[in-house]
Amino acid sequence: MGGTMIIDGRKVKYTNQKNILSVIRDAGIDLPTFCYHSELSIYGACRMCTVETSTGKIIATCSEVPRDGMEIYTNSPRIRKYRKMILELLLSNHDRDCTVCERTGKCQLQKLAKRYGINRIRFNQLIEEQEVDNSSPSIIRNPNKCIKCGDCVMVCDEIQGVGALGFTHRGTEVQIKPAFNKKLSETNCVNCGQCRIVCPTAAITIRNETQKVWDAIYDKNTRVIAQIAPAVRVALGEEFGMKPGEVTIGKIASILRKIGVDEVYDTALSADLTVMEESNEFLERFSNNENLPLFTSCCPAWVKFAENKYPELIKNISTCKSPQQMFGAVAREYYNKKDKEDGQKTFIVSIMPCTAKKAEAARPEFTHDGVREVDVVLTTQELAIMIKEIGINFQDVEEESLDMPFGIASGAGIIFGTTGGVTEAVLRRLLKDKFGKDDCEIIFNSVRGLDAVKEASVEVDGKVINIAVVHGLKDADSLIKQIKKGEKHYDLVEVMACKGGCIAGGGQPVPRIITKETRALRAAGLYNIDKTKLIKSSDENYIIKNIYEDILKDNNHILHVK
Amino acid sequence: MALTMEPKDICQIVVDSGLRGRGGGGFPAGKKWMQVLSQPNPIKYVVCNGDEGDPGAFMDRSIMEGDPHKVIEGMLISGFATGAHEGYIYVRAEYPLAVNRLEKAIQQATEYGLLGDNILGSGFSFNIHISQGAGAFVCGEGSALTASIEGERGMPRVKPPRTVEKGLFECPTVLNNVETFANIPIIILNGAEEYKKYGIKNNSGTKVFALTGNVVNTGLIEVPMGTTLKEVIFDIGGGIPKGKEFKAVQIGGPSGGCLIFDDKHLNLPLSFDSLESVGAMIGSGGMVVMDEDTCMVEVARFFMSFTQRESCGKCIPCREGTKRMLDILEKITAGNGTLEDLDLLYEIADTVKNTALCGLGKTASNPVLSTLEYFYDEYLAHVKDKVCPAKICKGLATITIDTSMCKGCSKCARTCPVGAISGKIKEPYVIDNNKCIKCGACIEACPFKAIKEV
Repeated sequence: MGGTMIIDGRKVKYTNQKNILSVIRDAGIDLPTFCYHSELSIYGACRMCTVETSTGKIIATCSEVPRDGMEIYTNSPRIRKYRKMILELLLSNHDRDCTVCERTGKCQLQKLAKRYGINRIRFNQLIEEQEVDNSSPSIIRNPNKCIKCGDCVMVCDEIQGVGALGFTHRGTEVQIKPAFNKKLSETNCVNCGQCRIVCPTAAITIRNETQKVWDAIYDKNTRVIAQIAPAVRVALGEEFGMKPGEVTIGKIASILRKIGVDEVYDTALSADLTVMEESNEFLERFSNNENLPLFTSCCPAWVKFAENKYPELIKNISTCKSPQQMFGAVAREYYNKKDKEDGQKTFIVSIMPCTAKKAEAARPEFTHDGVREVDVVLTTQELAIMIKEIGINFQDVEEESLDMPFGIASGAGIIFGTTGGVTEAVLRRLLKDKFGKDDCEIIFNSVRGLDAVKEASVEVDGKVINIAVVHGLKDADSLIKQIKKGEKHYDLVEVMACKGGCIAGGGQPVPRIITKETRALRAAGLYNIDKTKLIKSSDENYIIKNIYEDILKDNNHILHVK
Repeated sequence: MALTMEPKDICQIVVDSGLRGRGGGGFPAGKKWMQVLSQPNPIKYVVCNGDEGDPGAFMDRSIMEGDPHKVIEGMLISGFATGAHEGYIYVRAEYPLAVNRLEKAIQQATEYGLLGDNILGSGFSFNIHISQGAGAFVCGEGSALTASIEGERGMPRVKPPRTVEKGLFECPTVLNNVETFANIPIIILNGAEEYKKYGIKNNSGTKVFALTGNVVNTGLIEVPMGTTLKEVIFDIGGGIPKGKEFKAVQIGGPSGGCLIFDDKHLNLPLSFDSLESVGAMIGSGGMVVMDEDTCMVEVARFFMSFTQRESCGKCIPCREGTKRMLDILEKITAGNGTLEDLDLLYEIADTVKNTALCGLGKTASNPVLSTLEYFYDEYLAHVKDKVCPAKICKGLATITIDTSMCKGCSKCARTCPVGAISGKIKEPYVIDNNKCIKCGACIEACPFKAIKEV
């Protein structure tokens, strides 16, 4: 159903674009929007994407389908005037402390105000200052910076199926907040941070914990060690002008040392540990046919979602700690001995693509005798803040390798950072004898990619294992409903809360336009690392063997939640 | 009778009758029905909009309270003609009597086998539910109304998809207002040609208006479409009371426009198209007549305060724009307006009218734009000369003491709550207008009628 439109006097062919906005953007014109995200339903509230037709009608392009022969103007005098007025109106009721705002330079409102040359605001500020909600361990909600575009409400409801945020009041008094005036921490919020990714301003930001890390670094009696999650290395570069998917782990290692971190390790290594533990657990449950399907446990937002909505499924969730917490448990075990020897204190920082990891590390089951397994969780975004603060030129930094003994991971551990990765990693171990053969590749391919639900069936020791991979909690929710109704039967289900998996986590840099392409590029980055790895399967990682023999000995229980 | 006809033929009769939506939009009802009939979705709905929210308008109320069966019959025919089996009447909760009578009428119709399963042995089933609004004006907007019935926040959504494709519960929906449905039985009974005898080309039938304000005969009137404003105001309405001059008529509810006394406006036949061409609209049929003592800036301020309060807050132009327009109008009526404010007011009004999401926002500027167009002099008087010609805006009033009449009794000075009056006993007193709050207490207190507002 294609055709030709005339945009600003130029003929533009369109094919299957769902709205005029997409046609205009594909034609290379960056039409401004606040409330439009291609993956969310069309809200149509910001009215920034309006254009003028040849008959003088003003239409919002987000909600109009392209029609053959249609003639529109994206920058007519009227349109420019209206856009400027909308921006001026928005700014007039906005907390304009840009100089001390975390989103400054990256705020959509600020960017568009600059682009359209808004150099004065003819209205006085009316809005009363509202309380900032900093109750969540993961994100901060500042209503004073909210432009009520509704993006967070939609992503929380439509993609995550959580619905922690909604609209209250009406007219100029309209607000976005949890129901019954609750604080975010008192709601069913799972801390995934997807609201922060879609927020065009600083109304929702990550809880910034960089100061805690600086304090530890400056303390001479503290040894600071860091673990880097797989997904961080394929997204951090975006903060420094690189493309999504470009691998920056070497730079991260080098920079963290410059910042003052003593040892830099890889969370992909503890992902290997997770593979070992989880596949053992699976095989045991599978042979005993108990508590199936086994749901993965690496994603804390998913675990929280299940606890909120499906407490009866908790017994089905793997008892394995997530790679972050496994790392913390093992590293504590390792450094406790060292601490006693040299009188230092070990401070464990994890660099994660995820805001929910902050909440996970703070859970009581991961604190022993007042000591947390992981002291502080920084998101990719916060790491970028630290790097910018010390003034290192990211592009010029020489790459360095990670430290030992926790610096080598298998390809299986690396791909944990994308949807389907955990499943593939487990399969690589279970299908060890078949690994490298064609049919094996076909199975792996079936769990890769960004389809909402991916399924695979594999035969192990003559028995068929049915697997499902799902990402995005709303899709997970519908899959669980199907499982509960008996419409679907699986033995193993991988759930990642964020669409695309950790690569698209709430702690990652905000892409200029959130699309599947960004996710696909970041995922491709991880698969590219996997390609270069000589060790493909977790059980072949000799470090893992050492950990089991030297550190864990018979202490495997520290890798599980009881 | 309708139940023996083909659904398509019924739709065609409604098309032929030229009946246009009486809720204000003026969309041809038959065309709407045809579109719903052609939708492949097996589940469809008929929704009656009884959320009459315009201040001073009670056309739909009178129908719902006076002849609820006519509405039910109209909905039933609509359901049969479009393939819907469920109907909803959305009534504002402020109409308890209407709700009560509709409930009773539905019960009676069900008892007579005119609602429910297999109506009169035709094999056609139809049920009607009543849904009560919670007092939001915006819920009279179609998509906000269906959202409200679904239990969602009453906020309009973007169109397309239109209600005929995806309306209530995402299903094809006929959404007409009370008066439209009430017209259906006569059209089916007497035929399209008979109906078209009333009204004018493209605007057939009659329309109910609520005539209020400074007019001798106020109340509900039903006139053929195409009747001129002059006939309505001066013949039916009996003109302006107390021999005052007619100044303007505001048509179409809080977001209608103000029309003035000239041949063009007063000889205008009342139709959907003619009113829109002069910046007003039929809306649901509210008609407020204003005499010479009306301040048009104050009128604009009053209506803006209504729409601003009722904006749902979804789209930016309406949410922020109506508030800013109200602020400026308040500033002008308080006597603090500037010439720049007039430009800014126009700029906002123009933006809101053209970019707002729904009907409420798109028309919210009408009172401002129409008064700016026809009564710009009055605005100028407010901001430049600091005078309210109609002496309505207290902020612009100046109170003076006529020195020739003042006996210096000091009563006014003792009455003034802000100490703005001073003087010596037995000598004329003076008012400091910078201090004066224009409360008028001194005027009432003066035994010699020496104090006046000018």
